[in-house]
Amino acid sequence: MNLMTNEKLKELIISKIPDAEFPEGEMQFLNVIIKPDDLHPLSILLRNNPETNFDYLFCMTALDYPTHFFTVYHMTSSQSTFSFVVKVKIEDKETPAVDTVSDIWKTAEFLEREVFDLFGIKFNNHPDLRRILLEDDWVGFPLRKDYTDEANIVEL
Amino acid sequence: MTIPDYKNDLTIIDESKPETQEYFINMGPQHPSTHGVLRLLLTLDGENLKKVEPHLGFIHRSIEKMCEKDSYQQIVHLTDRMDYLSCHINNEAVCLCVEAGLQMEVPERVKVIRTIVDELNRLSSHQLWWGVMGMDLGAITTFLYGFRDRELITDIFEETCGARLTMNYNVPGGLMFDIHPNFQKRTKDFITYFRKKLPEYDDLLSNNIIFTERTKGIGYLSKEDAISFGVTGPTGRASGFACDVRKRFPYSAYDRVDFKEIIYTEGDCFARYKARIDEMWESMKIIEQLIDNIPEGEYKEKTKAVIKLPEGEYYQRVETARGELGVYIVSDNKKSPYRVKFRSPGFSNLSALDTMARGNKIADLVATMSTLDLVIPDIDR
Repeated sequence: MNLMTNEKLKELIISKIPDAEFPEGEMQFLNVIIKPDDLHPLSILLRNNPETNFDYLFCMTALDYPTHFFTVYHMTSSQSTFSFVVKVKIEDKETPAVDTVSDIWKTAEFLEREVFDLFGIKFNNHPDLRRILLEDDWVGFPLRKDYTDEANIVEL
Repeated sequence: MTIPDYKNDLTIIDESKPETQEYFINMGPQHPSTHGVLRLLLTLDGENLKKVEPHLGFIHRSIEKMCEKDSYQQIVHLTDRMDYLSCHINNEAVCLCVEAGLQMEVPERVKVIRTIVDELNRLSSHQLWWGVMGMDLGAITTFLYGFRDRELITDIFEETCGARLTMNYNVPGGLMFDIHPNFQKRTKDFITYFRKKLPEYDDLLSNNIIFTERTKGIGYLSKEDAISFGVTGPTGRASGFACDVRKRFPYSAYDRVDFKEIIYTEGDCFARYKARIDEMWESMKIIEQLIDNIPEGEYKEKTKAVIKLPEGEYYQRVETARGELGVYIVSDNKKSPYRVKFRSPGFSNLSALDTMARGNKIADLVATMSTLDLVIPDIDR
């Protein structure tokens, strides 16, 4: 059952968020880039709209670029094989923050803790935002590109 | 007769109104039923579970950070240190992702051999799980039976791949080397043997009254929760979530074989147990369809010594013995990727543990953990 198409989804998103960006070029899945404030309303829309019904968030992570962060949400529906990617562009490199989606997809609670742990991105309204993989007193965020650790990272 | 002053004299205990108090207990990191180093902080009321809080990361090796310094051929070797029981399938995920990025079509022979080894790998993982599950619930015999049969598969792997556990048989573009001349015969012998032995598994555990009492109705997970938590693999399918990647997004040779997606709707420990047992039958069915039809041809497509993926993003999912493994590679056209993310099945499955175990007894937690089939390096990465 593949009722959803890229064009229909684009129209739906633009009707709600006029300044959403759709990157050009060949992509495996349709991508959309939005601002942090738009994430929570858009997630509720995509989750509850009967046409999209994206109830399965299968991957969530972050990317670190010199000027900004992306948090990346891969989502699909349990009823279809149509997959979709939402990217949130966080321009604030000093105190990056975005709203949590753990109230929409429960899996996000752990995944957001992992992103917080390794990238240092804060998730507003998260029920239990703590480090998950590293110790609580770890200094720095290892998956950032500017992270240095003289003892453990050997430069070749 | 004077009435005791319960309110002010704290040394008097009112027998008719026993007061309960919540307390915490640590299960792990060195607990036999976690099969690795996982610490569970349990909030208990008597022996009823109020909350289960997993504390993970004891063997976090930062594989994702290491990948940012490695070439694509090297990354493959890191992945079988994640879920070491389905290492071949993990290797395949990275290889498929890199091949998709290079827009390379691998020979038919490679696809078929990969699928056969995948299913052998799944069988050996489920055999180990079955043995360990019985042992967790107090039956040592199952452990010996499971390992007896698994030994035959590891022997096949040893002969063809040169290793018994971390096989590294896949490389981007194909396989490390061709199959051993004995591979087909030994695999067929094994299937004939195991078709006779699998009913023994049912006799020992599935119809055992002590076992069924301890698993039926325990650790319930609803379909809605399974989808919301991203619980995949046999665990998700036992809750009615049709999440088999082999059916939803066929890769390698899965599009040409006939097999059934095992779905149960009970969502309890017994359903998860049954889902894995049934999956072993289906795996054997897949191998039987392919083992006599391995096409002739090259076992490896030639690749450049230095692989550079074109700029872009690539996502590949495969079905490991535990669930959906996703590999997300962001490339900036250099010899190592800009970012790699492994969406590991164990991590998402573990996040649902609290929902499953809450309200059960502490002894039921062991059964629930067993049917989740956790491999800790897969969770911690």
